[in-house]
Amino acid sequence: MHFSGFRVIKEALTGHKGWKPLWRNPDPQPSYDYVIIGGGGHGLATAYYLARTFGQARIAVLEKGWLGQGNIGRNTTIIRSNYLLPGNEPFYEFSMKLWEGLEQEFNFNAMISQRGVLNLYHSDAQRDAFRRRGNAMLLAGADAELLDTAGVRAMAPFLNFDNARFPIKGGLLQRRGGTVRHDGVAWGYARGADRRGVDLIQNCEVTGFRIEDGRIRGVETSRGYIGAKKVGVAVAGSTGRVMQMAGMRLPIESHVLQAFVTEGLKPVIPGVITFGAGHFYVSQSDKGGLVFGGDIDGYNSYAQRGNLPVVEDVAEGGMALMPMIGRARLLRSWGGIMDMSMDGSPIIDRTHVEGLYLNAGWCYGGFKATPASGYAFAHLLARDAPHDTARGYRLDRFARGHVIDEKGVGAAPNLH
Amino acid sequence: MLIPHPLLGLRDAQEFTYLGDARLIERPDGMAEGAEAAFADYVYLRDNPAGVHRELWFHEQGDRSWLVVTRDTVTHEILGAELARDVALRGKGGAA
Repeated sequence: MHFSGFRVIKEALTGHKGWKPLWRNPDPQPSYDYVIIGGGGHGLATAYYLARTFGQARIAVLEKGWLGQGNIGRNTTIIRSNYLLPGNEPFYEFSMKLWEGLEQEFNFNAMISQRGVLNLYHSDAQRDAFRRRGNAMLLAGADAELLDTAGVRAMAPFLNFDNARFPIKGGLLQRRGGTVRHDGVAWGYARGADRRGVDLIQNCEVTGFRIEDGRIRGVETSRGYIGAKKVGVAVAGSTGRVMQMAGMRLPIESHVLQAFVTEGLKPVIPGVITFGAGHFYVSQSDKGGLVFGGDIDGYNSYAQRGNLPVVEDVAEGGMALMPMIGRARLLRSWGGIMDMSMDGSPIIDRTHVEGLYLNAGWCYGGFKATPASGYAFAHLLARDAPHDTARGYRLDRFARGHVIDEKGVGAAPNLH
Repeated sequence: MLIPHPLLGLRDAQEFTYLGDARLIERPDGMAEGAEAAFADYVYLRDNPAGVHRELWFHEQGDRSWLVVTRDTVTHEILGAELARDVALRGKGGAA
């Protein structure tokens, strides 16, 4: 079933009787060439690119609950490629380029909206840092513009420019950044993978790995044993729990991040705006709700819900940045579990078990990485070699001292 | 969250800063054989359990003591707290 404008009109005229489910709901086969654990954004994207780009067959995605149940449906939907370090920026720019062609490629409306990401600065030092970051972005082929106060005022006149403590001096703007309908990404990749023969197996929890002579043979699941030549794990948030079954300790702590949405309002926020003096980011959904968030709660958690001090902190950030937000009523808030890595950067690598591969440690920036993460992980699984843009994301970089620490805070997961 | 401080009673978790796994108390010997690998493990690797977790909290806006708090990471329930000093002395076999 191919989606198109013509199809929508045809269905409208024939009582919408021709729509079919987007994917099958198959039972697991006894064995596969590739088993991907985790039916979230990264797992589904991995399966999609394995089948689509690398031409691999006999692939299954195993999901404990239902597809897109975790962080792919809980994030604040922002896409951007405004990183500084050479280990990161080419990867995220690769991801941005994949976003730009994604809807046409998988024939699904993910509502990709490149309405710009604006990072505000509030001091001369911060401006210098942003200028450097912008130059690093340009060098990697991304776009970046440094705005002064007047430039920001023209875009977003409602901001609190004359805040006595943190006046807005300007901002670093990436016009190609923006937002995406996050569930649409999961559904689009799921449908695309399913159409290429990938078995998406839901309600199938992995309960153990079968490892013989240092080589993966398959996985034990709640729906029986499934053999596999190669197993890829993409279960951000639960990475610790899953990899523990393979006897691995990881440079990762699980933390809870909260997000918030207000009631629907008329269009007020032109793109994504981030506060540079606190941690606060806001955009407006197509339904009109202001979607925003801030810091993680800061302590190890698997609870998928946070506590009130962070709610207060985020609200304070919002009020400092744009006092008009105080008139909006909060509709709901929720939490997701983040793989907070020791340097704030992800891991896409082999493990000590032959045939077992790991995709993890996305901290709270995994959504924007979804296409590139899937592509790079599929590349690693299919070719046993890292994708060019993901060479830095090795598991042994910590022991070797080659960490990719954007914030420069060291081995403190709750500060990244 | 309220942390039952052994000296001060129930205190708001907001008064504390969080460090992480209480195993950070057991710092490896830098002069020992294999110290490099031991330190890579100490600095970077964590058990990260879903369930009961013993962790270090610093009473920064209070009496500036370090506590070892036992907490469930799935429910956020706090099961107990003791002075990190006592835990460290016990680990060394000294008098607590």
